[in-house]
Amino acid sequence: MADTLSRVQRIIVDRLGVDAAEVTLEASITEDLGGDSLDSMDLILELEDEFSIEISDADAEKIKTVGDIVTYINSHS
Amino acid sequence: MLKEKVALVTGGSRGIGRAVALALAKAGADVAIVYAGNQNAAEDTATAIRDEGRQAITIQADVSQSADVDRAVKETMSALGRVDILVNNAGIARDNLMLRIKEEDWDQVLDTNLKGVFLFTKAVTRSMMKQRSGRIINVSSVVGLIGNPGQANYTAAKAGVLGLTKSAARELASRNITVNAIAPGFIETDMTEKLGDEAKENMLEQIPLSRMGKPEDVAQAVVFLASDYASYITGQTLNVDGGMVTM
Repeated sequence: MADTLSRVQRIIVDRLGVDAAEVTLEASITEDLGGDSLDSMDLILELEDEFSIEISDADAEKIKTVGDIVTYINSHS
Repeated sequence: MLKEKVALVTGGSRGIGRAVALALAKAGADVAIVYAGNQNAAEDTATAIRDEGRQAITIQADVSQSADVDRAVKETMSALGRVDILVNNAGIARDNLMLRIKEEDWDQVLDTNLKGVFLFTKAVTRSMMKQRSGRIINVSSVVGLIGNPGQANYTAAKAGVLGLTKSAARELASRNITVNAIAPGFIETDMTEKLGDEAKENMLEQIPLSRMGKPEDVAQAVVFLASDYASYITGQTLNVDGGMVTM
């Protein structure tokens, strides 16, 4: 879990240009971290590569927070 | 110019699509030819590409069906490894005066000429975004810009392609994917062959260069937009029409 979170944090910091401290499990990608819909799409593609998974469009739409990402990855990889 | 690149050309068996597929191969690309029904023509184009020393595959698909489109992209990926260049060229015409256009003729033309462009663009976008490069070139038409009596369905679809091109260009630019359209004028193909002599003469009068274009004229414009020479061009429409439309 901790390892997944730190890898996710690194990608989000890199993609959205935010501080690592802001990337908490509760943080919403769009509302708290300032990502727009294209950034979210970008993030999903990046996560697919990083964790060697495929995230369907339907699942991607359900992902709102950093915690959602971590939970999804831990249950699919 | 396009060494190591892989192109997918819809409607690649005949007419403009065949010329595009061949020109891309001559520029160094391997090519997947997507065709609707004429397998012999598609194989013939593939053979001509192999004669250029490039790889070619043929895939039968209905561009208006997402399952077909996804399969075509997957087959290209597994046979040729990637898709760097998508040329949305497949198109049909069901010409009639607007009052006489049947609903199914409207739907078929919009499905193939517009929805097909959307489906293929969507299907290649994921991998192009990941590889952070890609070229999408949509074949529209001058009549999509100026209208044409007897082609309400065709012109609506071709104008729709231009709007789709601009939106896709804006969405995908941050990932180094360019999306442009080509608007051919009056080109010598099976599709224009069917026009009557009078219609042809009327057309010729509107062309400053006073001749019909050849499929190769369009193909060279596609090669340009697919090449590094066009890396700073996106969301544009390049008219290849002998000067028919100046705007």
